[in-house]
Amino acid sequence: MNPKKIIVFLAALTASAQLVQAGNITGKVTLKGTAPGELNLPLDPLCKKTVKPNTTPTTRFYVTDDQGGLADVFVYLKNVDASTAPADPVVLDQKSCEYSPYVVGAQVGQTVKVLNSDPVLHNVHPTPKKAGKEYNKAQLPNGPALEFSWDKPEVFLRFKCDVHPWMFAYVGYVEHGHFAVTKEDGSFTIKDVPPGTYEIEAVHRKTHTKGEGIVAKVEVTDAGGQVDFVVDITK
Amino acid sequence: MTWFLIGVGGVVTSHGVGMAVPDWPNTYGYNMFYFPFSQWVGGIFWEHSHRLVASLVGFMTLMLAIWSQGQGGRRLLRFFFFPAGLLISLLVLFFVRENVGQHLSITLGFSLFVLGVSFAWPRMGAAPVLVRRLAWAALGLVVCQGMLGGLRVTLYADQIGIFHASTAQLFLVLISVIALIVSPLWANQKPSQLLNSGSSSDQAAQRVKASWFSWAMLVLSLVVFMQLILGATMRHQHAGLAVSGFPLAYDRFLWPPTDQDFINQINSERIDHREFEPITALHVQVHMVHRATAVLLLLGAAVLTAWVVRRYGWRHAHAMQSLFFLGLISTQAALGIATVLSNKAADLATLHVMIGALTLVSGSLIFLNVRRELHLANASSRVRSKAILPAKLKPEWSSASA
Repeated sequence: MNPKKIIVFLAALTASAQLVQAGNITGKVTLKGTAPGELNLPLDPLCKKTVKPNTTPTTRFYVTDDQGGLADVFVYLKNVDASTAPADPVVLDQKSCEYSPYVVGAQVGQTVKVLNSDPVLHNVHPTPKKAGKEYNKAQLPNGPALEFSWDKPEVFLRFKCDVHPWMFAYVGYVEHGHFAVTKEDGSFTIKDVPPGTYEIEAVHRKTHTKGEGIVAKVEVTDAGGQVDFVVDITK
Repeated sequence: MTWFLIGVGGVVTSHGVGMAVPDWPNTYGYNMFYFPFSQWVGGIFWEHSHRLVASLVGFMTLMLAIWSQGQGGRRLLRFFFFPAGLLISLLVLFFVRENVGQHLSITLGFSLFVLGVSFAWPRMGAAPVLVRRLAWAALGLVVCQGMLGGLRVTLYADQIGIFHASTAQLFLVLISVIALIVSPLWANQKPSQLLNSGSSSDQAAQRVKASWFSWAMLVLSLVVFMQLILGATMRHQHAGLAVSGFPLAYDRFLWPPTDQDFINQINSERIDHREFEPITALHVQVHMVHRATAVLLLLGAAVLTAWVVRRYGWRHAHAMQSLFFLGLISTQAALGIATVLSNKAADLATLHVMIGALTLVSGSLIFLNVRRELHLANASSRVRSKAILPAKLKPEWSSASA
């Protein structure tokens, strides 16, 4: 057999073995303490028309379920080597004069694509402090998508609309793909993590205003790993 | 109009919509005078209104500067501003790619307007040199102010916003000073009787008192200006209300804690539909300095008023001026408290800025007024002494010969 073919075969075998060995990190983030009440958004008449009848949109600072599970927490591995950003963009949509999703993760270099599904003019204003350049671009009603990307990490990179001062989205912009955002029950899954011991951080954008969240250690085996976090606002 | 402009600017910052129009000097690609009214929605309404009112103030200042030249203004309009408008039109034609027609209609319209006005310009004398200089200084300042506003938008620099807000206050003072100097009040001003009555030592004592009053008013006005800069700094930090509660500050009597744990706690507990920057220890310190200085200002104005009333009585002009100033400072303090208690409601915060501006202007004009009074009193004394001196020195032989 050709030695080159043997080397390629062995390399492929090793890579596939690593993929097989990769596990998922799962866990849950819960809120300790009573969250302050959310506020109704002061929608202007044009934005009110875009909202479903008999609904009143509110702020989304502490979204929890009955069990105290906390949504919209960005969980990611620390001190992990950078990897190539996916070609697919992360999409932020402006719907009913709110950003959707509210919190999202993306990789450094990955494009953040912003849509405007509203019949209303918005300005898209990402305000990075570490990631790179600030932009402020107009987006007409149902206008073409705007695309942004930066070359440094930042948790959280804020998007805002100054026309409607209640509209925000937060992007956890990190150098690798090992991240997740908690669901409405506070659960999260970081997929395909190679076995090893990792530092893992959970950042809630309201509680951890400086982007420095709760750090824990997690052991990942072939079967995966498990870690839970408690965001304590009673202190 | 300038005071109103400051108010509109205050609304823009209070609502946090300074970046609602992403481009400058255009508005969403349009020449700002062509931006369709149907698009003035949300924060755009305030930011665009601010730009238009600012343009009007700029234009009025230009007219003031030309007006101060008297009939020389004709030449300026015809041989400087008309060609300048044409030159800008040419630049638009060669270098601007979008909405060229809109821009040309404005620049050419301006050229034709100033040319037309030059023919109807009154043949009047020029204003005094001081007024002319102040008017051109005002034009320079308003142009700088416009540039600062534009750079704040295009460079995304909050710090420029602080300069923009502070320069606005200086511009209002300058315009008010010009208005005072050209008013009949200034031309017909006479020194108060107190300054020119009694023996020369009495007069000197009265003038020293008046002088003290004027300098005290200047110091208070400078402190008011410092307060306005602090206020602008707090507003342009975009951190919302850094210290809640009054008269206590976060339940502390004198100074709230500024350790990181406490700061983290107040940030996590704070809920507002506006997204503020996280509060920092520096924000808390600046806020508390603003409060402490306000207390000092209130005390200073009250002590000055008591001193003036004791020496001159209630009905004297200086007593009235002090009382008016104290009234403004008290109103301003009350508005400051209301701003805190309302969690920085936009209307109250804006009113706080506007009354602050009025207080600065009042203090500055009172200072100028009293200095002018002293100047006139000293001048009239010199005239009298000149008239008296020759009589005293008149040689005895002259009366003998008569």
